[in-house]
Amino acid sequence: MQITVLVLILALLTVIGFQMGRTRAAASVGGRVVELHSVPSYHGFYVALWAGLPALFLFVLWTASEGWLIMQMVLASLPARLTSGDPQALNLLKADILNIAHGISTGRESDPDVVAAAQHYGTLRDIGDWSLLAVGSCLAVVGLAYGHRRIGPDLRARNRVERVVSVALIVCSLVAILTTVGIVLSLLFEALRFFAVVSPLEFLFGTHWSPQMAMRADQVGSSGSFGAIPLFAGTLLITVIAMVVAVPIGLMSAIYMSEYANPAVRTWLKPILEILAGIPTVVYGFFAALTMAPFVRVIGQDLGLDVSSESALSAGIVMGVMIIPFVSSLSDDVINAVPQSLRDGSYGLGATKSETIRQVVVPAALPGIVAAIMLAVSRAIGETMIVTMAAGLTANLTANPLEAVTTVTTQIATLLVGDQEFDSPKTLSAFGLGLVLFLVTLSLNMVALRVVQKYREKYD
Amino acid sequence: MNVQTHIPTSAQAGARSAPAVPNKMVARDVKVFYGAKQALKGINVDIQENKVLALIGPSGCGKSTFLRCLNRMNDTIENCRVEGLIALDGEDVYGKSIDAVQLRARVGMVFQKPNPFPKSIYDNIAYGPRIHGMATGREELDEVVQTSLQRAGLWNEVKDRLREPGTGLSGGQQQRLCIARAIAVSPEVILMDEPCSALDPIATAHIEELIDELRENFTIVIVTHNMQQAARVSQKTAFFHLGDMVECDDTEEIFTNPRDERTQGYITGRYG
Amino acid sequence: MSVTTAKSHYQSEAFARRLRARYAAERNFKIAGIAAIAIASLMLVVLLTSIVSKGYTAFWQAQVRVEVTFDKAQVEERNYAAILRQGLYAQFPQITERSGRRMLNELLSSGAPYELEALVARDPSIVGTTRTVWVRADDEVDQFVKGYFPRTGPEAERRLNDAKIAAVDAMTASGALVQSFNTTLFSAGDSREAEQAGIWGAVVGSLLTLLITMALSVPIGIAAAVYLEEFAPKNKWTDLIEVNINNLAAVPSIIFGLLGLAVFLGFFGLPRSAPVVGGLVMALMTLPVIIISARVALKSVPPSIREAALGIGASPLQTVTHHVLPLAMPGILTGTIIGMARALGETAPLLMIGMVAFIVDVPHGLTDSATVLPVQIYMWADSPERAFTERTSAAIMILLGFLILMNGLAVFLRKKFERRW
Repeated sequence: MQITVLVLILALLTVIGFQMGRTRAAASVGGRVVELHSVPSYHGFYVALWAGLPALFLFVLWTASEGWLIMQMVLASLPARLTSGDPQALNLLKADILNIAHGISTGRESDPDVVAAAQHYGTLRDIGDWSLLAVGSCLAVVGLAYGHRRIGPDLRARNRVERVVSVALIVCSLVAILTTVGIVLSLLFEALRFFAVVSPLEFLFGTHWSPQMAMRADQVGSSGSFGAIPLFAGTLLITVIAMVVAVPIGLMSAIYMSEYANPAVRTWLKPILEILAGIPTVVYGFFAALTMAPFVRVIGQDLGLDVSSESALSAGIVMGVMIIPFVSSLSDDVINAVPQSLRDGSYGLGATKSETIRQVVVPAALPGIVAAIMLAVSRAIGETMIVTMAAGLTANLTANPLEAVTTVTTQIATLLVGDQEFDSPKTLSAFGLGLVLFLVTLSLNMVALRVVQKYREKYD
Repeated sequence: MNVQTHIPTSAQAGARSAPAVPNKMVARDVKVFYGAKQALKGINVDIQENKVLALIGPSGCGKSTFLRCLNRMNDTIENCRVEGLIALDGEDVYGKSIDAVQLRARVGMVFQKPNPFPKSIYDNIAYGPRIHGMATGREELDEVVQTSLQRAGLWNEVKDRLREPGTGLSGGQQQRLCIARAIAVSPEVILMDEPCSALDPIATAHIEELIDELRENFTIVIVTHNMQQAARVSQKTAFFHLGDMVECDDTEEIFTNPRDERTQGYITGRYG
Repeated sequence: MSVTTAKSHYQSEAFARRLRARYAAERNFKIAGIAAIAIASLMLVVLLTSIVSKGYTAFWQAQVRVEVTFDKAQVEERNYAAILRQGLYAQFPQITERSGRRMLNELLSSGAPYELEALVARDPSIVGTTRTVWVRADDEVDQFVKGYFPRTGPEAERRLNDAKIAAVDAMTASGALVQSFNTTLFSAGDSREAEQAGIWGAVVGSLLTLLITMALSVPIGIAAAVYLEEFAPKNKWTDLIEVNINNLAAVPSIIFGLLGLAVFLGFFGLPRSAPVVGGLVMALMTLPVIIISARVALKSVPPSIREAALGIGASPLQTVTHHVLPLAMPGILTGTIIGMARALGETAPLLMIGMVAFIVDVPHGLTDSATVLPVQIYMWADSPERAFTERTSAAIMILLGFLILMNGLAVFLRKKFERRW
């Protein structure tokens, strides 16, 4: 509530600041605006920035630190018997306080002290929000007054404003970098905690995966094994099946569309592939689990084969279908980048269209096509919903596509869905898997994007 | 189908120089349309065996379009329509008895920009003979590659690096590679679409010499922007203007004594 | 090989034979291309028909007509179940034994008493009167009426026993059991009972999440694109940012979920299951998409426009805001809508940050616990009841409807404002 009010006040003050700045600038030269260094509206923006920016900084700083600060204060006020436990118990306590404060049931009878702490937390938060509102509004008014006073014919308002804007632009483009840094740090940090419990060698080369740990804390490490090879193998199996479906169909579609289909046909065919590309993965997952899996099973039974109801085959086929448009649109791009002069050269020697495509166009586009396939593989490895819904959870180490296998992404999803303790090796192992997934897809993407770029440069 | 007897002698070509040499190809009243736009308005040209015919004219006059009709390269362009008669050795090239693939093997083409395939030098040359099944064994293919490169004057420069990619050669070498590639399928006619426009003067001189040598075995039609080049390499010249063929005659005649004032204007540099 | 032999080669019978074979290969290759497209199209058709055929019945729901007397005492006790029961039993006077009456109770949704309560709340004057009301039937009855459960075969293997089937048939014959438009599906939140479950909660959750995503990723994305395309010096740093953005666009979405879990929940202590966190994660995920498409749009504005503006004395920033950005806007907008459509359909990262919880209430704010449409689909897909399969398919149809709308808008904008320079 208070935050909404603050945002409204800030918005109002910046608008007022803009108007005041503009008016004062014009008045300072008696309406002869040509005598100003910058046009009046820049003076307006100047004042508006003074009104809005400092308060905004305060707001961001406050929101980022408020939760932590208040929690420290609450914890300090709690009896020692509650706060003296190990870090894990402390985290649990914090979560309980937050949940009660937010009115979410913790599902069990709460300690009255904890309930009191939650109330304390709520009160402090309220006080904090009100003071933020007060301080923020004051800051905005002060900023506005300061900016307003500085307005004059010689103020280089345009340069100042543009300076601020360009800094803002740079900050925005750094968000992408920050995201990557955030991904790397969070994966690395949590994965290291996991590797403190489970040796990386066991994780990378162990062949037995069963992350279920004993419930009691004193048994940590006594059960549960984290050999991820079955997951890697399962991921690989499903990816291979997906590629067997997607590469020939996607590539041939791209070839047909770019080399054979006339523009009228193309305008009809392109949307079909675009629709396939736009269908959410959860829909593919549902289709794989409820339509493809029974279908594959029936076909298998007709052939006298024993097909698991969560076979790698059905998940792989549907994932392949999902990736067809990906392969075809990337290949379409690279095939179109092959210069017409090469085709002409081949036709000029009396080659047929298919000879030209197979012996000249495709070899010329090969680096790009390979890169497209690499990107598609990276996509298949990272795809979560289809495998979560249609592939199993059993960590089988098998190459038989008719059996159920599990994948890295499925495990990450199941390990982290539902109630979880943040510190158990079971939960942390998801970050270990995430780190491997990130590194593998990142290297595939890096190489592929480089190859595509080199390829484009070659024919540009 | 032999249509030689139906072909009337070209009024312009026959007027001043009697056809002492047989016609390899003839074009009669050739009209080309791109959609609704007419690019050629009825062209009549005789292409004599073992001579070089140069097609000159300002840009957009239809020279290249006409050239691409001769081996039906225009087939690959959508909504392009060709009317009239084009015959190779008296056979209608748009008729049933000649297939486009077969025609293009017999009427080869060299393009404006060198366009070697992204393959080795050897495979570039061997590509045509392979698809047409012209060489039965490895040795025969080696021989075709060698003779083609020799005829294109490239053999000595590349004989030690036949396995290296053709795209690694210099521009002039690439264009000679493309000529060698065209020769390798033993065409009867070679069409050249401004083959020197992307090359430097020394490479151009090389290609011009080569064209003169090739005349012994092939009939050559060359489109050029460069009138000196036309004068140097060709025996016959045809001047195109706005989709019409204005004049076609011995090269000497065209350059010293043009009959049409448009030709005169063009070769003296009044427009171009 | 001399010229004459070559000519004879091309006119030889061997060459003609070879030519026929080459044309056959040509034909086969073309057929392979058509087959590839046909398979892709077939898959699309199969997928869509399988979903529509499974889901279209979910838009109807069996309703039961009951004559109920809103007895004052019972209303005060809020014993609506009893009111309903009495009305129902009155329709079947011949059924008196306990097991039969229990069977009758099972015909109605367990949420039916709440419908009566809602009626009273809306119009208290009905207390003490006898009214004809329509309440939802149980999902098993609903599925039976729609023909998904067999009426023959061994009774033990059937979902509905003979007595129940007889009761359903009797009510259908007397017009007391009909199918009507399923408003619950569009107005309710999630529920364990299929006939009471709706997607409204998920739709609101999706909208709130998308709101945050849009509010963050669009301005930041456009600003970043403007900087990189218009102002950034060409050096190692901008190269790094560029490579970084391209790679980020290809990072698996679940990784963003892990980021959200570790940073937003773990480090900043934001609430689980909240649209604000979902929106933050989605914003980071769609940011690269928006930056890339905005850069393409900016790139397509010809340099002459910039030169003209700079030439009359505009500052670089004025040039961009007054001239370049407005011209690139349609392209940016198209890219943004496509990015938002992708965010709307995304599931995996939201599982990580707890938006997969079972939430009955429709969320009212950015920090309320909420779920989103694709996650709702994921959860319903896991439910074994036949009625949930049907509703999952219906929810998918609605999700696809939203996506078609958004993409259609993008296509419309592209067509309308497309400009070739």
